[in-house]
Amino acid sequence: MNSYFNSTLFRKTLAGASGLFLVVFLIGHLVGNLQLFIPGDAGQKQFNEYALFMTTNPAVKLLSIITYTCIILHILTTIILVRQSSKARDVQYLHKSGNANSTWASKNMAILGTLVLVFIVIHLRSFWYEMHFGAIGLDSWGNKDLHTVTVTAFKELWYVLFYVCSMGVLGVHLKHGVESVFQTLGVKTRRYFSLIHNTAFGFALIIPTAFACIPIYIYVTQL
Amino acid sequence: MDTLKLELKIWRQDSPKDKGEFKTYKVDGLNTHMSFLEMLDVLNEQLIESDSEPVAFDHDCREGICGMCSMVINGRPHGPLKGTTTCQLHMRHFNDGDTITIEPWRANSFPVIKDLVVDRSSFDRIIQAGGYISVNTGSAPDGNAMPIGKEVAEEAFDAAACIGCGACVAACKNASASLFVAAKVSQLALLPQGQAERDDRVVNMVSKMDQEGFGHCTNTGACEAECPKEISVEYIRKLNWEYHRSNIKG
Amino acid sequence: MTLDNKVPEGPLDQKWTNYKSKVPLVSPANKRRLEIIVVGTGLAGGSAAASLAEMGYRVKTFCFQDSPRRAHSIAAQGGINAAKNYQNDGDSVFRLFYDTIKGGDYRSREANVYRLAEVSANIIDQCVAQGVPFAREYGGTLDNRSFGGVQVSRTFYARGQTGQQLLLGAYSALSRQIAKGNVAMYNRHEMLDIVKIDGKARGVIVRDLVTGEYQRHFGHAVVLATGGYGNVYYLSTNAMGSNVTAAWKAYKQGAMFANPCFTQIHPTCIPVSGEYQSKLTLMSESLRNDGRIWVPKNKDDNRSPVDIPEGERDYYLERRYPAFGNLVPRDVASRAAKERCDGGYGVGETGLAVYLDFKDAIDRLGKDVVSARYGNLFEMYEKITGDNPYLMPMKIFPAVHYTMGGLWVDYDLMTTVPGLYAIGECNFSDHGANRLGASALMQGLADGYFVLPYTIGKYLSEDIRTPSIKTDHDDFLKAEKNARERNQKLLKNNGSRSVESFHRELGKIVWDHCGMSRNTKNLTQAIEDIKSLRNDFWDNVKVPGRDDVLNPELAKAGRVADFFELGELMMRDALGRDESCGGHFREEHQTQQGEALRDDENFTFSSAWEFKGDNTPPLLNKEELTFDTVRLTQRSYK
Repeated sequence: MNSYFNSTLFRKTLAGASGLFLVVFLIGHLVGNLQLFIPGDAGQKQFNEYALFMTTNPAVKLLSIITYTCIILHILTTIILVRQSSKARDVQYLHKSGNANSTWASKNMAILGTLVLVFIVIHLRSFWYEMHFGAIGLDSWGNKDLHTVTVTAFKELWYVLFYVCSMGVLGVHLKHGVESVFQTLGVKTRRYFSLIHNTAFGFALIIPTAFACIPIYIYVTQL
Repeated sequence: MDTLKLELKIWRQDSPKDKGEFKTYKVDGLNTHMSFLEMLDVLNEQLIESDSEPVAFDHDCREGICGMCSMVINGRPHGPLKGTTTCQLHMRHFNDGDTITIEPWRANSFPVIKDLVVDRSSFDRIIQAGGYISVNTGSAPDGNAMPIGKEVAEEAFDAAACIGCGACVAACKNASASLFVAAKVSQLALLPQGQAERDDRVVNMVSKMDQEGFGHCTNTGACEAECPKEISVEYIRKLNWEYHRSNIKG
Repeated sequence: MTLDNKVPEGPLDQKWTNYKSKVPLVSPANKRRLEIIVVGTGLAGGSAAASLAEMGYRVKTFCFQDSPRRAHSIAAQGGINAAKNYQNDGDSVFRLFYDTIKGGDYRSREANVYRLAEVSANIIDQCVAQGVPFAREYGGTLDNRSFGGVQVSRTFYARGQTGQQLLLGAYSALSRQIAKGNVAMYNRHEMLDIVKIDGKARGVIVRDLVTGEYQRHFGHAVVLATGGYGNVYYLSTNAMGSNVTAAWKAYKQGAMFANPCFTQIHPTCIPVSGEYQSKLTLMSESLRNDGRIWVPKNKDDNRSPVDIPEGERDYYLERRYPAFGNLVPRDVASRAAKERCDGGYGVGETGLAVYLDFKDAIDRLGKDVVSARYGNLFEMYEKITGDNPYLMPMKIFPAVHYTMGGLWVDYDLMTTVPGLYAIGECNFSDHGANRLGASALMQGLADGYFVLPYTIGKYLSEDIRTPSIKTDHDDFLKAEKNARERNQKLLKNNGSRSVESFHRELGKIVWDHCGMSRNTKNLTQAIEDIKSLRNDFWDNVKVPGRDDVLNPELAKAGRVADFFELGELMMRDALGRDESCGGHFREEHQTQQGEALRDDENFTFSSAWEFKGDNTPPLLNKEELTFDTVRLTQRSYK
């Protein structure tokens, strides 16, 4: 068993599986965020109540711990693997093959992932930090007013653009990542190949697009 | 008859310890029907004539089956053509005046011996770790004693077609040997004869692959794209499955 | 020297069974003390090394390639014969034996061939058990196809890569023994000499091709499984590295070389396209089932073949052999193509090619059917030539691809040097003057898996008291010194011509004078030509580099030097065999229709040549062939 846990294949599986959990998290996160489309006070109230629930409910707490663990696991296993594999070839080719034999995304997941991480840090600083530690105001119903923080943040065009671009990066990351997990787990058999391929593509397209629509919507409605 | 004039940028390295460098050569009057290796033969004749050492490269059958030839041509293992070994690549696929860069397989598990010749004995060691069915000579039952469905036999064959050239490793950004290992593991896991040692085989071969210093698989698919026998990454999927299955069973 | 073939007594079909029950055994404890050297890791060498190691012997194995899996057995396409009678078409051991003897034009030893047919069935079982993915029927049983005009379906195959799959089977068995420590494998090592002590083969001198180190290795017995010598012709379907050196050193140490002039020329290969050509590629014989072979009726007709009208085409096989047409046997088809090209009717840039045309087949059967039958071959052809055979007739020409001759061995597969064995293509044993399709793989594996492991015990059982001989023994040191000096001589020669250019010139002489047809005048001339070219080689060859690093030119120089000597022996053998048989066609001996005419009264023997010194002609010994079971008849294809 020991060799299993030390194998590159197991580490890769861990990286993939944790990534897959993060995709599930993304879906949940997205569903919550869709409440930002609710206009007016009702929207503000519901969103802030939701924010309260998400920061206090013990089950959600547990889920968030799992999420953080997955992020760390995803990053750590990847770093270990990248370091390990970087030792597999000291001398690089003079003439690069470009994208003749594989997609750009598949070869640059680490760069894409790092960009996503940068986004996550900024994102957490803007909202999660404000919610927990920031000088955040209360809304008319006495809840922390994360809704206003959000709406205010997306008044800035550059900030909206940053979000939209980041979602583009996430999409490319997911495009390769989601499909790849099923290959690594060994379940992308010929029978399920198209299903997995298309679903992964769908996820990679829909989730980031939906996420990106939120800041655009907020920005546009405030013009 | 069309002839070609080419500039060749070739990796020259005298011995495993030598640092190595690229050198540029010009060859002229090449017949377009020549194979790529015959073009190098012409260069070597030219080098011998001018008292220089010819370029060392591995080659043997020159019909695409022995797996000996191994060079990265303009960044592509075995050159730009799909499903082709270097020895089957012909000069008609190049243009007059082209500059061609020729490099050895690059992977720490395939150390350069000289010029374009690399040491692929790590592949042999992976096979020795379990890429066989333990059956002593003379102890086999009748060939028809165990029926094997045509489709299974065909699928096993597709995997068994691997020529062990190492293009998959050369093409992979992580120098992973997954496709090579997957081909052998899948062939034997598919066939009923391979069942007795199925679990140990995959565990031992994968751990040997790691020990030999090959990188991990990130599913870029470059191996399949460059494999001269077009072996599918579906077998890597199968390898992964076999590996998890065996380990989880314990 | 008298040749004792050691064929056991008794009826033909019981010889091998009786032999196996009576052959002395070596106890397991003694096997552990006995060391065997196996040179070559093709079907014969790989299977022998694995089997001997399984039995408990300590085995050392050598190959010049970077891995044992690269041996040229890997390139065999068609299949492997076995008398399984799975198709219920009346096949039997006797029929396989008979077909092989007849196919060899009655120039092989009955007892050996019968044994080959007997063990053929075991080979299939063994390979299936190893996981060789043979073609299957839908019901899961093994599929067969017919091959080379025999009347039964006995050929087992794995697509067009049977040799590859069988070799990988043997390689896997060998790998298992390497992992167990029972076989010490030396890749990229080339054998340079046999070491003989007190008249017995006791080891080899090898050179590590990477470090250049000369090494001495002891063995209680030495097994050569080093393949054929087709590369003496320079152009052949053999791999670039295939060579005669190991067998040739054995010959010079006293092992007789048998029937060197028996070489097989395959009619359908992709023709030479220019002077730079380095090797030839075979196109499956099956193409002749639907393709029509022709040349233009007029000399120097430079029109594109599709523009040459029907009336100006010469379908020469159909014209000359109306009964068999394009399906005449290999040797006949090859000679007919040569006859047309010699006459100036050949096509292509070199004039050394004929057309193999599928237009009629496509018109008759439709492109889909033709594609289903030959699609992969058409693709391969297009890859190499750039021409599309659906639109343009293929160009083909005969090429050397197998050598039936080789080291003379007795029933035990031992050469005339005690303790020195030869198996697979490098011996002469089973194919006589012509090999049938799909029987080379059979012989290699039969020798390695099922014959040698038994017969070698007979010799070793008498050798159990011989301790390992230290490799600082004088005879080892002397052999190493010779090998080293020869390489030094080549390196210091400081000539002006490359090895390749000599090899090419030698190949042309051998091809022109000892190829598809031979005659006294040419053969006599060739002996002189080769001698003078050989002298020129030793005076003028230029071998760059050093011997303490990887130096492919040096390795090649040594091999070509041996080809010169072999080439001369081939001419002598061809000259001496004043009859036509199988692949050996003497123009002086043909029927009125141009068929090979055997002379059974005077030539029913295997010629075994004995080395007598560098400047002394070799001595011909004859092993008379006695046929107790089959009756000699003349082959006829009219």
